[in-house]
Amino acid sequence: MTIAKHVSDSILRRSARGRPALVPYITAGFPKLESLSAQLRALAPHAAAIEIGVPFSDPMADGVTIQGSSRKALDNGVTLRWILDQLGAMTAGNQQATEHWPQQPPLVLMSYLNPVISSFGAGRSSLRSLAQACRGSGVSLLIIPDLPLEESGELREQLHLQGVGLVQLVSPVTPQARARTIAHASDGFLYAVTVTGVTGGSAPAAAAATAVSPNRYLDSLRELSPVPVCAGFGIRTRAHVDALAGHCDGAIVGSALIDAIDKGQDPAALLASMV
Amino acid sequence: MTTAMHSELGDPALELGRLLSGQYPDARGRFGPFGGRYVPETLWGAITRLESAAKLALADPAFATELAFHQRTWVGRPTPMMRAANLSTAWGCNVWLKREDLAHTGAHKINNALGQAMLAKRLGVTRIIAETGAGQHGVATAAACARMGFTCRVYMGAVDVERQQPNVQRMKWFGAEVVPVTSGDATLRAAIDEAMRDWVCDPMGTHYLLGSAVGPHPFPWLVRTFQSVIGTESREQMLSPAGAARLPDAVFSCVGGGSNAIGMFHGFLADPSVLIYGAEAGGRGDATGQHAATMAHGRPGVMHGSYSYLLQDDHGQVVKTSSISAGLDYPGIGPEHAFLHAIGRVQYVPVTDQQALDAVREVCRSEGILPAIEPSHAVAAAKAWAKANPGATVLINLCGRGDKDMPILMKNLV
Repeated sequence: MTIAKHVSDSILRRSARGRPALVPYITAGFPKLESLSAQLRALAPHAAAIEIGVPFSDPMADGVTIQGSSRKALDNGVTLRWILDQLGAMTAGNQQATEHWPQQPPLVLMSYLNPVISSFGAGRSSLRSLAQACRGSGVSLLIIPDLPLEESGELREQLHLQGVGLVQLVSPVTPQARARTIAHASDGFLYAVTVTGVTGGSAPAAAAATAVSPNRYLDSLRELSPVPVCAGFGIRTRAHVDALAGHCDGAIVGSALIDAIDKGQDPAALLASMV
Repeated sequence: MTTAMHSELGDPALELGRLLSGQYPDARGRFGPFGGRYVPETLWGAITRLESAAKLALADPAFATELAFHQRTWVGRPTPMMRAANLSTAWGCNVWLKREDLAHTGAHKINNALGQAMLAKRLGVTRIIAETGAGQHGVATAAACARMGFTCRVYMGAVDVERQQPNVQRMKWFGAEVVPVTSGDATLRAAIDEAMRDWVCDPMGTHYLLGSAVGPHPFPWLVRTFQSVIGTESREQMLSPAGAARLPDAVFSCVGGGSNAIGMFHGFLADPSVLIYGAEAGGRGDATGQHAATMAHGRPGVMHGSYSYLLQDDHGQVVKTSSISAGLDYPGIGPEHAFLHAIGRVQYVPVTDQQALDAVREVCRSEGILPAIEPSHAVAAAKAWAKANPGATVLINLCGRGDKDMPILMKNLV
């Protein structure tokens, strides 16, 4: 069985009209601990999948927005185990009463590597415990920005044993042959970083920084990838999503939602405006 | 043989043999389970390009000739080996100091900055970025960039900018842009985070001149290679008739990320009779947040691109550190040190702020040398060992001079 095929299907179903499906990202426990479940329910109707960010003390691939939300979430006491408990409770509640969380989209955890390998003790068995906890909480996929393909084997093996997938990332500077290898190893979807830079940049800057046009880059990934291609980094507006139509299957919206939350605005309304 | 973070280490002697014969770091950049390349995909091309370029350059006699020329005429190598006669009398031992404090720009950091800047020329980049804690690596990088014609930007924690003002000014005079980092804990660790973010934005046009023996492969190996000149010279100098005419019984270096230590240790790892000690920052005590003693209180994890010992909580979050010395105030340690610790070849001991300050005072009064606070940790550890081993021969890497510490010493050393 293909791992996380239901995530691929959800993305393809929602992008059937040509526009990319939306995959929102939120930092778990930002701005408050209790924000998480309400945010997930509110975002669900507009989302092909939801990325739940695990805060880390040293987020080296993130810009100031997600650095800030991560800091706040850590101050609030967020841990990976707490997140998995919350998601587990929501998923379990959902099975009992479907009106509780009507259209639960697939859940994707986005975390730097260290919380993933260090939250369940030490040694190889800790990876098995983590994978079991992910499955138990209804998590379909993990995205780990500091885990390149070459280092991913040990974790991927344990996740797969529990039916949980691992998403790989490609960037505009990834050579074509390498991108092909990565795409074939990626579960659920391929995460196409659109910028040579950190999260939260602007799309025009991304275009300027990349030698090839972002759309040509995405087109080539789509040709070589057996899984849907989701574009991420710098997608902030409906116009950005419009520009991606026909070039990728999904669009990941992160920093723009965190900025909205930070200003006290409704992230679900912003996401709905981009559908 | 393939290695991963949960690979088991074998017999210590066998594992040490693998290191000394060059099997470590292996093709995956690992020293047994430690090391690796935990970087965002965007940096993959840059680190693999760097590794290839470094291997080519290090095999090229022209590179070696040019490096030796700069080391001799610009850095002032070889640095002296000095018998510390008064410390020897006071401690009842034969105490020798490797005088890296006399290297150009005042510390061992120049060895690596020079080597990597020469590599950056071969990479064809025009811009260099660096992190700095105490400011010594920033100054060394700025100096190398001035000499070799690179644009230079140095990330430095805002806390460190405050406590190492003289070095900030020196970097600016060398033409570097110094960017105070206010994110995270505003020390060396945050400076590395920020430098990584910068590099992610321009991986092929910029070289990240990492100054410590940390980070993703090839950095720990590269930094060690350029710092090994310390250990190579030291061993020759100790053995020569003008020196001790024998090997030391024990060697001491301070360890933050571990660049001076790994360079010194490599001169003696193959000598079974030589005991080797790394002095960590014990700060103000054993409580979390009060020290930066990674080996004493950490466990393995991934930060800044490699798997090594790390000061972290039960949830994988890196914890705050404290040390009077900016250069040792770091929650991680290089992966090769993690390996040497795991196989028991090197002992790592914590030294408190107060013990280090006492050592600064003692070296000043005894030998007329103002050491940096960082190597004063090594001096303190050596003194404690010397008292228990009368008559022994002790070598200490005095890896930097203390001029840059004047603001903090004027507050704490009265």
